[in-house]
Amino acid sequence: MGLFILRRVWVMILTALCLTFIVFFLTNLYPNLEKLAKTQGNMRMSDAEVSRWLADRGYDRNLFVKYGEWLGVVPGYVVEDDGGTVRGRCIGEGTRPEAAPRFCGVLQGDWGWSTRFRAPVAEIVATRLGLTAWLMLAVMCVMVPGALLIGVLAGMREGSKLDRTLSTASIMTTATPEYVSGVIFIAVFASSAVGLKWFKGTATSAMENITWENFTLPVLTIALYGMGYIARMTRASMAEVMTAQYIRTARLKGARFRTIVLRHALRNALIAPFTVIMLQFPWLLNGVVIVETLFNYKGFGWTLVEAAGNNDIELLLGVSVVSVFVVLVTQLISDIGYVYLNPRIRVT
Amino acid sequence: MEPLTWTGAMGPVLIPVLVAAAALLAAGLLGQMVLSLGGMRIVQGPADAPARPAPWAGRAAMAGAALIAAAVLAFLVGGLVLPGYAAKGIIGAISLRLLPVWIALAATFALSIAFKRRLGLYGKLFDSTIGMIGFALVMFWVFTGIFGALDMVVTHDALAQVSGMKNKVPGTPLRGTEPGEYPYYLLGGDNLARDVFSRVVKGAWEVIKIAPFATLFAFMVGITLGLPAAYYGGRLDTFLSFLANLILAFPVILLFYLLVTPEIVETGIPVYMAAVLFVFPIIFFAVLFNSRFHTQPGKRAVYIGITLVIGLWLYSGIAWNADPLGLIAFPPNLLVVFVSVVFVNSPTVFRIVRGLAMDIKTRDYVAAAQTRGEGPWYIMLWEILPNARGPLIVDFCLRIGYTTILLGTLGFFGLGLSPESPDWGSTINEGRKLLTIYLHPALPPALALLSLVLGLNLLADGLREESLRD
Repeated sequence: MGLFILRRVWVMILTALCLTFIVFFLTNLYPNLEKLAKTQGNMRMSDAEVSRWLADRGYDRNLFVKYGEWLGVVPGYVVEDDGGTVRGRCIGEGTRPEAAPRFCGVLQGDWGWSTRFRAPVAEIVATRLGLTAWLMLAVMCVMVPGALLIGVLAGMREGSKLDRTLSTASIMTTATPEYVSGVIFIAVFASSAVGLKWFKGTATSAMENITWENFTLPVLTIALYGMGYIARMTRASMAEVMTAQYIRTARLKGARFRTIVLRHALRNALIAPFTVIMLQFPWLLNGVVIVETLFNYKGFGWTLVEAAGNNDIELLLGVSVVSVFVVLVTQLISDIGYVYLNPRIRVT
Repeated sequence: MEPLTWTGAMGPVLIPVLVAAAALLAAGLLGQMVLSLGGMRIVQGPADAPARPAPWAGRAAMAGAALIAAAVLAFLVGGLVLPGYAAKGIIGAISLRLLPVWIALAATFALSIAFKRRLGLYGKLFDSTIGMIGFALVMFWVFTGIFGALDMVVTHDALAQVSGMKNKVPGTPLRGTEPGEYPYYLLGGDNLARDVFSRVVKGAWEVIKIAPFATLFAFMVGITLGLPAAYYGGRLDTFLSFLANLILAFPVILLFYLLVTPEIVETGIPVYMAAVLFVFPIIFFAVLFNSRFHTQPGKRAVYIGITLVIGLWLYSGIAWNADPLGLIAFPPNLLVVFVSVVFVNSPTVFRIVRGLAMDIKTRDYVAAAQTRGEGPWYIMLWEILPNARGPLIVDFCLRIGYTTILLGTLGFFGLGLSPESPDWGSTINEGRKLLTIYLHPALPPALALLSLVLGLNLLADGLREESLRD
């Protein structure tokens, strides 16, 4: 088991390095840098001014050197301009050049500076993640019990009317992407022209104060899309368990149907959905980006859109490190958890 | 002119019927669910018939559903036969515009049901109600897209702005129309005073022309790489699986934001990606025919020659935009959308194909082929692949739906296609800004996308059921 985890962690690190390098490469392509220079400087810069702006800030050097600097394995650049002032990657405003450290990268805990928000990346990512964590928590609280309940009810008697109805409902939710269900929810529950006016169409106020009124629609929108998928997996797993030999034995023994479902079938049927729920996290991230944009909730997903839209290289790298980390860790947890839950599988 | 009502002259009669039928259906369904929950009793054995809830609940639900279907049909037929726009109402008028679609749908269904025993898996689809509903929904949008592209269904130019029609509600008449012009905006105008109905119809074509082909390309890539990964295993498998997992670990939206921007198009990266990805179909077909006919050099030369000529012609046109005949042109912003959708989908297909092939390669017929001395590619493409077709066809349907969702996502974030483009995602994106005041610009494309993806999901479900029954 230890070796298995060790190997997985090694693959994780390798994947994270490859992914951040790809992001780094794509954001450091010249047209993207030119866009960055123009949005940061001014829109009407000439080509020469753009290249001077980039050279000034160390953007024009070799890609691998820059990546090494970001990572913290190559010393940060230091330039001395005409006036004799020394600037560099690691020299912040107000610190003396001599006092600045040589290396300042992710390995040293320095995540860089966001050009879009003009603040340290680590700070932005932390606050935004906090906001999104509330959203995710609420989504999980709605989605997981709901999906498991629907799946178990549908799967305990395959082919029944209840099964048909619930299965069709779960197909419908998987066929409704967040930007469609969000629009429909706003139309039905929040529109000021027609509709019920139960909830608010934006979640901006939920950033300070979460209420029933401003948080229900975003949470429902994300939860619904994932719910159908988990419910279908649970249903398939439950239906398979219900045909197993030990269920037949329990039936022949004369146990009540409720006892069979709750005591014999349920625990075995919940092994497969555990993996599915864990692997839903990356998909939730997608939903989070769409919903935060739609409902104007300035969390992690919204930050991703802002960073990508403005080619904010270091913020984008920070965001992708976090999201890749989430994806890979949930994969690892799902693998390990699967082994613990299912004694028939042993990792060698 | 008076604005159109939704239901026209049929409304006063049919709406009460519809409401009553909906109530009946809801009561029936609820009754069924409660009864089947309460009546938890077991007859016998694992394969027993489900315990029957009281039959009246089922009958009520059935009657409600039938009544709703009849009422909707009456609305649609009424639109075709009633004279004058005011009597037809909006629904009736739309139904009349969609007349070519209805005819094509009816013809497809009549022919398919008549010959369903001779049509293999496709024919069996018409034995399952769910599958038929799904197929009808999908074909509705396919025909709407095709006829819309031929300018048969649309009422106005999808890009034309008509003064005074900004954000107007559905059924608003146009001021001062010429005799040849259509006098109404059937689903209202958007915030640039364009006709929502025509944009939705044109948007169907945007989806129909991209989603199936992008999915097909993703399948070619996934199959061409997934089969050898599973068959040979070892280093190749480790490497390819690592690559697939690498792409899958990216949040899709981040990937789109990095790939589908004008700046990236400027660097030419999409062209190189297209050059790599679009080579796979050619390799696939060349290897397919080579492995089958390598003992018959004459036939092999013909098949591979045809594949290479057509393949390389399409390849030069699509990937490099350098078609020697000048027939195929692929605008760069469409190419980048196409490439990124293929790129996102192919790792998942790779994993599915790899899993299926891993399972099938242990079967006896594969061992028999190996003993016969067949080459590895023959075994992969002519022994393993045909036996994996069931799950692959089902996944193909699901994946077209997923691709449609991805295209909508791209449009929703305003990436890729031009801002004027009538595709559903962009239209939803434009409409959402004023959503709490004006619903009509955003809701029709949202419902259209929902129904198409739902149709594909139901179709996949029907296919799965029917292919399992074999």
